[in-house]
Amino acid sequence: MHVIEVFNLTKEFNGLKAVNNVSLSIEEGEVFGLLGPNGAGKTTFISMLCTLLRPTSGTARVNGFDIVKQQGEVRKSIGIVFQEPSLDNRLTGRENLEMHAGLYGVPKAERKKRIEEVLELVALSDRADELVKTYSGGMKRRLEIARGLIHYPKVLFLDEPTLGLDPQTREHIWEYIKKLAEREHITILLTTHYMEEADALCNRVAIMDYGEIKVLDTPEALKNSLEGDVISLEVDKSEGVAEKIKGLEEVKKVHVINSTIFITVKNAESFAPKILEFVKGNGGVVKAISIRKPSLGDVFLHYTGREIREEKAERPEMERFRRRV
Amino acid sequence: MSEVEAVYRIWLREIIRYWRDKSRIVSSFVQPVLFLLVLGGGFSFVRLGSLNYQTFLFPGIVAMSLVGISISSGISVIWDREFGILKEILVAPVSRTSIFVGKALGGCVTALIQGVIVLSLAFLLGVPLTVGSFILSVGSMVIISLGLVSIGLIIASLIETIESFGVIMNFLIFPLIFLSGAFYPLQEAPEWLKIVSYFNPLTYGVELLRSVIINVSSIPLSLSFTIASLFSLVSILVGGLAFNRQK
Repeated sequence: MHVIEVFNLTKEFNGLKAVNNVSLSIEEGEVFGLLGPNGAGKTTFISMLCTLLRPTSGTARVNGFDIVKQQGEVRKSIGIVFQEPSLDNRLTGRENLEMHAGLYGVPKAERKKRIEEVLELVALSDRADELVKTYSGGMKRRLEIARGLIHYPKVLFLDEPTLGLDPQTREHIWEYIKKLAEREHITILLTTHYMEEADALCNRVAIMDYGEIKVLDTPEALKNSLEGDVISLEVDKSEGVAEKIKGLEEVKKVHVINSTIFITVKNAESFAPKILEFVKGNGGVVKAISIRKPSLGDVFLHYTGREIREEKAERPEMERFRRRV
Repeated sequence: MSEVEAVYRIWLREIIRYWRDKSRIVSSFVQPVLFLLVLGGGFSFVRLGSLNYQTFLFPGIVAMSLVGISISSGISVIWDREFGILKEILVAPVSRTSIFVGKALGGCVTALIQGVIVLSLAFLLGVPLTVGSFILSVGSMVIISLGLVSIGLIIASLIETIESFGVIMNFLIFPLIFLSGAFYPLQEAPEWLKIVSYFNPLTYGVELLRSVIINVSSIPLSLSFTIASLFSLVSILVGGLAFNRQK
């Protein structure tokens, strides 16, 4: 069964299409990732599914309910962890959860037990009665995840769940997300611009850029679709070399970012000596070389022609829209 | 049923936050007491018929203690927006009207706590309070503060930053209090001041309290009660609408 179905969903801000004609469907129980740079339209997309934003055109169904016509039903079916923190720092962790349970109409008889359950899931039981302002960033995130689960939602939205957390805390949060996906029988839709995160957590990943879905598949299939390994060469005096590399028979694709040339080839190990010779022969100086299996970052590069982390200054206007939303 | 629960939860949060913020409770208590002791004490030579000035001033100070805390309770909405909590509340499956009512009742009860503390100074000043007049005073305070809290929530729905809320609040509070007859008997005031005061909704709140606390007033009780209630009702309705409209 499809727990989320999206039909030609579009959102315009002053003529700019933040989300452009997106259609997809998500299976019950899936952990689905929306991977893309800041300003790609991920948050706008999620905000529409959560009924916080009205679509300009198109619609979607969440748990069978229309996001425009049945907002109340949609809201009951979902839990959300926003990108920005949304906890009351002057209440305790438990008080935050109690308020949420009350607002979502969790029956009184179950409430206490359920709160204990979700606290235990994110390992916060022993800190539950302390004020949230004493929590670390990772603890706050965990509390928000717990809060999103209290009312037994069918779908949990996680908007950049590990943004701003240090790498160690990030991996901790991943563990909790994996655990709850197993234990709560829930569908998760998460957005991220960390490709490792999408790789580690998601059954399927959609790569989003400029408001459009570029490609959608399992992480494995996406990486295999590149049909090859990636060689990256850091080259001095690279003028013209990249163009010439493109002409080589074994080469599938070439991207240049600053002084680094990314080359996709079928068999990198045997191609490496050849390419070194070739660059030298064309007047280039190789400063460093590395060979690796493709990552989701390479997939992103392949389908969008740029690196996922270089976009920040590129579309500041989209960044602004995202903030306003 | 879940809407009632939502109102209760929003209300409870306001109360918990108020209760934990002891410095706010103390500081908002200081100003009215200063007015009462300094202004009331300094003008103690003034007699209004059989009343001394301090006794006359007392109901006005009770009203004044409600104004600041009621209107400023709207600021919580702006904080909530700033810290993202409003988003979490707005996305819950409850109506915005319930959220508004919870916020308004939260502000009203914190103002009432304040008001009752100031009211209890009556014993120090020798203003006689009976059980009946106490209950009527609390009832009047509910009417007054609900209206003012709604005004605060309207402002909060319309503006975005805490700074501008502060500016608007200061701009509003002082004229409201000074032109309300809280400090002087209206019937003795010059004509222009009388006219301005009659256009100030708080005037009717002050006179209402004066009627029920010391049984003296420039405006008949029935009139001040009617206008104060109408004003609150309209503010609540407009506030509810503004809150439903905000983004």
